[in-house]
Amino acid sequence: MSEAPSGAPERIVVVGASLAGLSAAHALRGEGFAGSLTLVGDERHAPYDRPPLSKQVLRGLFSPDTTLPRHPDLNAEFRLGTPASSLDLDARTVSLGDGTTLPYDRLLIATGTRARPWPKSDEASLDGVFTLRNRDDATKLSGRLKAGPRRVVLVGGGFIGFEVASTCRDLDIPVTVLVRDGQPLEAALGPRLGGLVGEIARERGVDLRLGAEIERMEAEGGRLTGVTLKGGERIEADIVVAAIGAVRNVEWLEGAGLAADEGGVLCDGYCRVLRQNGDIVPDVFAAGDIARWPNPHQDEALVAVEHWGNARAQAKAAARNMLAGPAAGLARHDHLPDFWSQQFGLTIKLVGLTEGADSLVIAHGSLEERRFVALYGREGRTVAAASIDSARWLPAYAAAIRERAPFPPISDAVDQPRLRIEEP
Amino acid sequence: MSCTTLFEQVLDPDNRANPYPLFAELRRQPVCRQEDGTYVVSTHAEIARLISDPRISSEDLPDPQKFRWTGHPITDLFVRPIRAEIRRRHQPFIFRDPPDHDRLRGLVMRAFSPERVRRMREETTDLTNELIEKFAGKARIDLVDDFSYPLPVTVICKLLGVPPEDEPQFQGWATQLATALEPNQRADAETQAKNEQCFTEISEFLRDLIAKKRDEPQDDILTDLANGSDSGDADTERMNDFDLVATAVLLLVAGHETTVNLITNSVLTLLRFPEHWQRLRDDSAIAPRLIEEMLRYEPPVQYRTRLAIADIPIAGVTIPKDAPVVLLLASGNRDPNRFADPDRFDPDRSDNRHLGFGGGLHYCVGAPLARIEAEVALVALAKRLNNPRLVEDPPPYRPGASLRGPRHLCLSFDGIAAG
Ligand SMILES: Cc1cc2nc3c(=O)[nH]c(=O)nc-3n(C[C@H](O)[C@H](O)[C@H](O)COP(=O)(O)OP(=O)(O)OC[C@H]3O[C@@H](n4cnc5c(N)ncnc54)[C@H](O)[C@@H]3O)c2cc1C
Ligand code: HEM
Repeated sequence: MSEAPSGAPERIVVVGASLAGLSAAHALRGEGFAGSLTLVGDERHAPYDRPPLSKQVLRGLFSPDTTLPRHPDLNAEFRLGTPASSLDLDARTVSLGDGTTLPYDRLLIATGTRARPWPKSDEASLDGVFTLRNRDDATKLSGRLKAGPRRVVLVGGGFIGFEVASTCRDLDIPVTVLVRDGQPLEAALGPRLGGLVGEIARERGVDLRLGAEIERMEAEGGRLTGVTLKGGERIEADIVVAAIGAVRNVEWLEGAGLAADEGGVLCDGYCRVLRQNGDIVPDVFAAGDIARWPNPHQDEALVAVEHWGNARAQAKAAARNMLAGPAAGLARHDHLPDFWSQQFGLTIKLVGLTEGADSLVIAHGSLEERRFVALYGREGRTVAAASIDSARWLPAYAAAIRERAPFPPISDAVDQPRLRIEEP
Repeated sequence: MSCTTLFEQVLDPDNRANPYPLFAELRRQPVCRQEDGTYVVSTHAEIARLISDPRISSEDLPDPQKFRWTGHPITDLFVRPIRAEIRRRHQPFIFRDPPDHDRLRGLVMRAFSPERVRRMREETTDLTNELIEKFAGKARIDLVDDFSYPLPVTVICKLLGVPPEDEPQFQGWATQLATALEPNQRADAETQAKNEQCFTEISEFLRDLIAKKRDEPQDDILTDLANGSDSGDADTERMNDFDLVATAVLLLVAGHETTVNLITNSVLTLLRFPEHWQRLRDDSAIAPRLIEEMLRYEPPVQYRTRLAIADIPIAGVTIPKDAPVVLLLASGNRDPNRFADPDRFDPDRSDNRHLGFGGGLHYCVGAPLARIEAEVALVALAKRLNNPRLVEDPPPYRPGASLRGPRHLCLSFDGIAAG
């Protein structure tokens, strides 16, 4: 293990000026850091919040300006519209796209992810083909939705795709959702609950196609007119939204010698990044969507948690550890992953990680009512809990998950049916 | 010192004026079993956790007169359980668990609309000024009898739609029935008998009133609850008459003594720290923060009881199934692990997530109304009472340990200013 960095830091640089970056900056000041603080961000906007982009912003209920609140005494320098282009661990400098170089005593890598682009670049550049990750995407897409498209085709069965589909239905726009593998939301919720959400989406008028894929897109004069599915069916549409996952923003770290790849930037439980040979870099930290670390709630498996709550919690842990002198001891980032989504009039919440779950019980309510708490077990332990429109008991189950309580963790509870263990 | 008898001391009327040192001792063991098998929870984190735990029930609170076999099989096995079941089904929703609780509360929330509550501000202002006018020519008042008591009951009567001429009678019922929410008084037989008598009277009165609201609907909560909403099917959209009466009584009772205590505690506290009284007099905009801090510092509801319906491991102990649980909200509000300098009255604190209105699914329905009433009352008192002074400190307290507040609060002052 490498040594702790010497001396209290005077210059801290944060690369990535979004949720994790800004949260870390606040936490650093909150912990008493009085030195120079610089946030580098390649977007020209001040740090803003992304969750509303696929919900209220797209619907036209909120303005696209979802700027995150900033403490008046933050006293940080923002280098916005300027990407970081490389990192030199030995010189302890970050080079920026505008040719300047920033020296640091501690560095936070918080460059997050971007939307995975549509793989065929000629189709991706058509007028009418969108992805959704940032404010400008949301502004453009919401403008197009307002114009009343004939049909929107959504590609992808993840949360963002389903939120966009739900917004389209709220706006009374016909929408087809193409899910290539398995059930919608399966990665997060498992096939059972994912299937239920799919059913609800159908009831709300979504044309949901499972096992469906686009063969090609059609256009006239550079404008999308429709898609042809594998199998030959043609669907007329003015808009395709590709919500097919995210790509981690690690390119600027190439050549720096860090263990960073398409899976993210590898770090330890204290948010310190690792070199390719596994050595800890004691003065460089990572947080948010970009980070991948041994998760105590998943048997120390290396996972990235691309959720709002984690970005904030991990940024705080990183900030504390950046300032911890050798004596103070480092704080383990042991946040229990949590997540919410709003779609089709439902609020879905999830705590814990369902990965590898082998059993499921409905602990409150029922699937038929569409109000319930579902618990996930793996090898006899409770690993996750999901709720639809009944989040009230989740804190108790979160405590059980944290304690790795036997599955199912709570029986004989208020408003609880007889527990039946099923497949997730 | 062991904590196993501390709650008994909390209940002791001799400690009513200042129970807070006892709470500090209790917090040394966040969840502490008392000699009678009750588990007292005194720290913020543990209260917050249990208040949203599905193993905690608000139903079937332990029967005050512990079940004793009469030796009569028909009574023991048949009559009593059925009676208990009937009683359970007609409990107001503060004593019920989901899903019943949620359905009833949902209907109330719809009738208790934000516009309706906002409209009460003006009425409350008029009422407050009327009450203050009556202080003219006096050198001394009892704030409780002359001000805090009449205000909330009139407000809730207006909101529910009780005719003005029936208000005095309502006030009497409210006072008596408040003891039904008071865990340590619920137990005594005499109080119970009085409550039953009182409940019969108020039920009859309300049933008549409900019939009138059905014949001649008006713009009030009782009309809405009695007639249900126009949408959807009648079964789920409307309460049955038992629930309707229980709910109306709950709204009356839950919003009465609590608000009385909030206003009285506030005046008491502000006169103990007169710089804050002066601040409020100079700038009524600070009233909302003052009131939030008051709800933390001197909460009108000091604790609530629950029942563990399964074993609950927490904070190093296991609360066993069937144990009564006391959530000591007022102690959580003074927990130094949650609030910096908790025993200081500081309206400027930035992070004030107090437990004054409870939490979780039973979170106070009347919180917005209570806030308006307290704000209007305090702003007017601060503006209009010239140089008020406490005549007696500490004042005499009512017996209740949960709904805790002064029985009288005598103030002397140098006349009133114009409204
Ligand atoms: C539409 C949408 C809806 C969402 N809804 C939810 C939800 O309901 N619930 C939930 O829990 N989560 C939700 N999320 C996820 C949540 O927003 C993310 O987890 C969170 O934004 C992660 O924050 P971050 O700071 O780690 O990364 P990001 O927000 O991705 O920020 C990284 C920043 O770094 C910048 N950057 C990248 N490379 C460079 C470089 N080389 N130099 C300088 N800057 C760079 C990026 O442009 C970006 O501004 C949603 C996300 C999206 C897109
Ligand atoms: C200062 C004034 C008030 C305080 C401090 C207060 C406090 C509380 C508390 C602590 C609870 C939670 C009970 C529990 O968890 O068991 C509660 C519930 C409740 N309160 Fe209030 N209250 C006040 C005023 C009011 C008013 C004005 C009304 C209505 C007119 C009201 C109606 C209710 C109702 C109906 C409940 C039960 C909610 C449920 O079970 O879901 N309260 N209150």
